[in-house]
Parts: sequence; structure tokens; C-alpha cells
Amino acid sequence: MSLTSIAENPKPGSTIFSPELAARFDKLVTLYPRRRSALIPMLLYAQDEIGYVSDAAIAEIGQRLDITVLDVRNVLTYYSMLRTKPVGKYNVQVCTNISCMLRGGQEILAHCKDRLGIGHKETTPDGLFSLEEVECIGACSWAPAVQVNYDFHEELTPESMDALLDEYRSKASQ
Amino acid sequence: MPRLVSHPDEVKVVSRRFGRGATNIDRYIELDGYKAVRQAIEKGPEWIIAEMKASNLRGRGGAGFPTGMKWSFVPKQSEKPKYVLVNGDESEPGTCKDHLIFLHDPHAVIEGCIVAGLAVGAKTGFIYLRGEYRYLLTIMEKAIADAYAKGFLGKGIFGSNFDFEIISQTGAGAYEVGEESALMESLEGKRGIPRIRPPFPAVVGLYGGPTVINNAETIASVSHILNMGGEAYAKIGSNRNGGTRLFCISGHAERPGVYELPMGYNLKKMIYEVAGGVRGGRQLKAVVPGGSSTPVLLPSEIDIGMDFDQVGKAGSMLGSGGVVVLDETVCMVEFALRTIQFYQHESCGWCIPCREGTDWLKKTLTRFHAGGGEAKDIDHIQYLAENMLGRTFCPLGDAAAMPTIAFVKKFRQEFEDHLNGKPCPYAKQQELTLA
Ligand SMILES: Cc1cc2nc3c(=O)[nH]c(=O)nc-3n(C[C@H](O)[C@H](O)[C@H](O)COP(=O)(O)O)c2cc1C
Ligand code: SF4
Ligand code: FES
Repeated sequence: MSLTSIAENPKPGSTIFSPELAARFDKLVTLYPRRRSALIPMLLYAQDEIGYVSDAAIAEIGQRLDITVLDVRNVLTYYSMLRTKPVGKYNVQVCTNISCMLRGGQEILAHCKDRLGIGHKETTPDGLFSLEEVECIGACSWAPAVQVNYDFHEELTPESMDALLDEYRSKASQ
Repeated sequence: MPRLVSHPDEVKVVSRRFGRGATNIDRYIELDGYKAVRQAIEKGPEWIIAEMKASNLRGRGGAGFPTGMKWSFVPKQSEKPKYVLVNGDESEPGTCKDHLIFLHDPHAVIEGCIVAGLAVGAKTGFIYLRGEYRYLLTIMEKAIADAYAKGFLGKGIFGSNFDFEIISQTGAGAYEVGEESALMESLEGKRGIPRIRPPFPAVVGLYGGPTVINNAETIASVSHILNMGGEAYAKIGSNRNGGTRLFCISGHAERPGVYELPMGYNLKKMIYEVAGGVRGGRQLKAVVPGGSSTPVLLPSEIDIGMDFDQVGKAGSMLGSGGVVVLDETVCMVEFALRTIQFYQHESCGWCIPCREGTDWLKKTLTRFHAGGGEAKDIDHIQYLAENMLGRTFCPLGDAAAMPTIAFVKKFRQEFEDHLNGKPCPYAKQQELTLA
């Protein structure tokens, strides 16, 4: 879809989101002194539901906020947590910033690469795991730290990292 | 769940409810919660600001600006609505204290936010958490809903004729958004590009209205200050640096963790006694005293009190309270590289000295660390960093340049050790320590 395309925008009133999320958005846009303030939360919640921020999501969010698709994309590309392509069911984010680096964060990352057979920002063929090297996640005193989707895991070792991956694997097969 | 630590030297003020179930509003009330705000309603804005000034509380976000004074800058009369904005973006590497506040004591943030609103005449507060803290937003949202249910938020709070609303949200991954003006941009649904100042946020801030922006720890300190009295709070700390601070000790300490210690507490003691010394009895090589942007200190420089003035006198900064301990196995070139990598990644790209400067520093240090360094590179790194200082649109450029300059100045020998095609001479040593 072209950046400024309007023709492909959904019809007013129709939604690509679940009824729950659509209702949440209806409320969110009224919360702030200006509608546009709801943009970043909406992008995050859309990503949580769809797995990434799709073109259709961008179009609908733009319409809900009365801003252009270009405006939405402009903001979307600034924030590192927002993505426009799907990732694995579990996005393993390994911090290698200074406090984690001093406690083996880079080894945890290398270990994950090895165990999952993928590199930075790649996804396993079964779609279960993605791997990402990230900047400080605010868990420095409990380093090395990893975030899987939104869940924090602290003070990891290669062994406990293995156990953690196994845990997610079995969670997925349930 | 982040591990809680304790030490007899701690003075628990902000952390006194940690681990005590205070996310529950009734429990929070039992532990002296929502007392300060009732008193604040009764006694009014002048009293609040006088107590805050007496407390000598200085902003815990990094710059250490006196909070009472900041609040007093907000004009009394304003055509546009005024706002309180709680900065919970916490992204400075080495810093994880606001994490614990949101996790264990969300109502203290709410209470402080309401008091700030009463002090400056704002009717709306925003609590902005970094995007990675989604699970903490859930806790914060529940706390806010409970406060509304009790009539502590909304119309006529605590049966008074004041109204106060709080809206909380997260960002979506961006260090720069912790910078106050970029934070306002983000909250307005835009890219986190900083704004030019003046006008300062206290005069023209969020949606053009006067805005008080404070760090989450600053805000969480407010109710304790009013409860014990500003002067009593000031007395806990050192000269012109009131109260306590959450110090996030990380890296090669034997017992890393977040410890609440009086302002002015000796750094050497903090490392060797509170945090149990350097892991495995190794030698200390360096300390980053206040988050990744603060210039590194040598072991001979750490016999200092940890407050804004004393650390400043020692040539560094108290910053965000992230104390990073480095032992003898660390390669300082690698450490400098990892630090600049972060700033390069987080530079918003708005101004050239920061965007290009961080990129060149990263490229040079990468080549250098890999063994491709030349003698002139060492001076180039320093020259480049020095020329970024004070020439950028927001302080992120300085935050990248200052530590780089200190690494080169204080560890020049290690940079020289990397020359002549020698890739990191410390790599072997590190492998040994990780085995
Ligand atoms: C690049 C940059 C990042 C910052 N990040 C944060 C942050 O994550 N949290 C914070 O409280 N302050 C941060 N600050 C400081 C804020 O701009 C602001 O000074 C602070 O929130 C004011 O609150 P205080 O007076 O309570 O410290 C940052 C500043 C800069 C320049
Ligand atoms: S110094 Fe300039 S490029 Fe760097 S973050 Fe600030 S405004 Fe953006
Ligand atoms: S450096 Fe890894 S969580 Fe802060």
C-alpha cells in the first residue's frame, strides 16, 4: 500500500480488531486532551493482538485518530518495540548493555543463538521463537536479564536459559 | 521477580513498603498511605511548596534540580490547563529503581502525583512508563482504578472540592523519550524529538500548558516528605542534598541490588560494605557512578560522598543512581564501545553532532577493538567526543561524549594496548573468568 493511500482505508464503522480491542480504542481516544495522544498505546495494543502492526492496522488507527497513514508510519518507525512484520510466538530479547555485559549477557545471547539456531531479529522455522539483542531493559541489578514478550527473567545462566526456553516450548504445545 | 536486598546501613523511606503488599490499596493506607495528600488538601499549595523546598529534595531523574523550586516556577494563573507528568521511562543503562517503585508501591506514585497537582494547580496527571514495563503498567492501572473507586481520584477527591485525574500509559522503546521535552512529544503521539527551550515545560509544556515533569522516584518521595516534614527529610541526607536515594548497584559487585541509602553515603563503603565488595575478591578497576552517561571513576577516586555536589566535584555526576562496578577483567575499550553503541542506537537523529558523532565513535571503537586501531585514533576519539560537548540540541549528545572522554583519558594505556593489530588483549582473561 502506498504511504498516503486513502482508498484502501477501511469503511468508517468497520474494524479489523476484536470487539474488545475496538471498544478499548473507542475509550482510549476520549481519554486524552487530544485524540492523537492515544497513538502509541493503540499501536502497541494492535501489535499485541495481531503480532505486528499491519498495514490494515495502520490504516484503521490513522482513521480513528483522524491523522494520515504517513503520520502513523512516521511515529511507528521511531519506536524500537513496534514492528511491521510478524515475529515468533515468543520474542526472546536479550540485554547486552553494560550491566548485563559484565554479568554474561553476551554469553546468554550467544547461547540462545546456538540453541535456537537463529541470529539477531530472526525467527525459528516453526515460528515459535524470535531472538533479539536489546538495549538495557531496566533490570540491571538482576543481570543478566532477558525479556520474553513482556515477561522479565533475571539472573540467568546458560542452564537456566535452557530451562526457560524449554518452559516456553512446552507452554506452546499445551 | 526482581530480588530485594537489604543492608543495615539502609534508610528505608521510598522503599519502606517494598515487599509488604502495598499494591493493595487498603494495605497501602494501613502503611500510612494517602495521609500526606489529605494534609496537603487541608494546608494548601504554599505549605506544600515550602515543605518541598525545606526537604532539599533534588530530582532523581539525573540532573538533580531542586524539586520544590521546579514546582514554584509554574505560573499560578494560566489560560491553558496545567499538567503533572511522571517520568517512568527509566532507560539509562544501569538504572532499575523506578522498576521496583512501580512493582511494589504504585500508590506512592499516585499520591505524589496528586500532591504535585495540588501544589501547582493541575487537574490532570500522566504517568508514562517505558514500553518494556508493560507488566508494571498493569499494576499501575489497577492501583489507579482502586484509587478512583475510593474517591481518591476523580471529582472532589477525598471529599474536597479538588478534581484530579490520572492517565497512565507506556512508551514503545526509545531512550530519548526519557528526556523531558521528547517525553511530552511522545505523549502527544509523536516521534520523540526534543523541543527547544526556553520556553521551559513549567511555562509551556504538554499541550502547551504549564507542566511539572518529575522522575518517578522524585514523585514517590513526596508523600514521605510531607509525612515526616521537609526539614526532617533534609536531615537524612547531606548538605543541599536532602533525603535518601535508591542506588542500583550492578556489575561485578558481590551483592548487586537496589539499596536505599542517605544522600552523601560514601561510594567506597557502598561498594565494599553494602554490596559486599568485588565478586570473588577480585581487584576493582573502575566504577560508573550514576548510569552509563556519567564519566567513569578510578578506584583512587571513589572515596567520595554520593550526592550531586560531591560526585560533581570528583569530575563525574550522580546521575540516575546506577552504580556499575567493574573488576580487573573488564576491557575498557570494549566497555567504551558497548556504551557508545547504546547512544548511537538511541540518538534520535535530529542534530548532526550527536547523530554523526555517535556513529563515528561507534565505527572507530569497533574497528579499534577488533585490532584495526591506529595510534592517531585514540586522539581522534577524544577530539570528536570533546567537540560534541555542548553542541547538541539535547543532552543526549553530552551523555554519549562525556563517558567516552573519560574512558580515553583515564584508560589510555588500555587503548594503546589494542594497537598494532592486537585484538583485545583482555579477551583471554575474560574467558577464564566466565569458565
Ligand atoms: C537523553 C535523556 C534521557 C533521560 N531519561 C530519563 C528517564 O528515563 N527518566 C527520568 O526520570 N529522567 C530522564 N531524563 C531527565 C529528564 O529530562 C528530566 O530532567 C527529569 O525527568 C526531571 O525529573 P526530576 O527533576 O524529578 O529528576 C533524561 C534526560 C535525557 C537528556
Ligand atoms: S542530541 Fe540531537 S540527535 Fe541526539 S538525541 Fe538529542 S536532539 Fe536527538
Ligand atoms: S543493562 Fe541489562 S537490564 Fe540494564
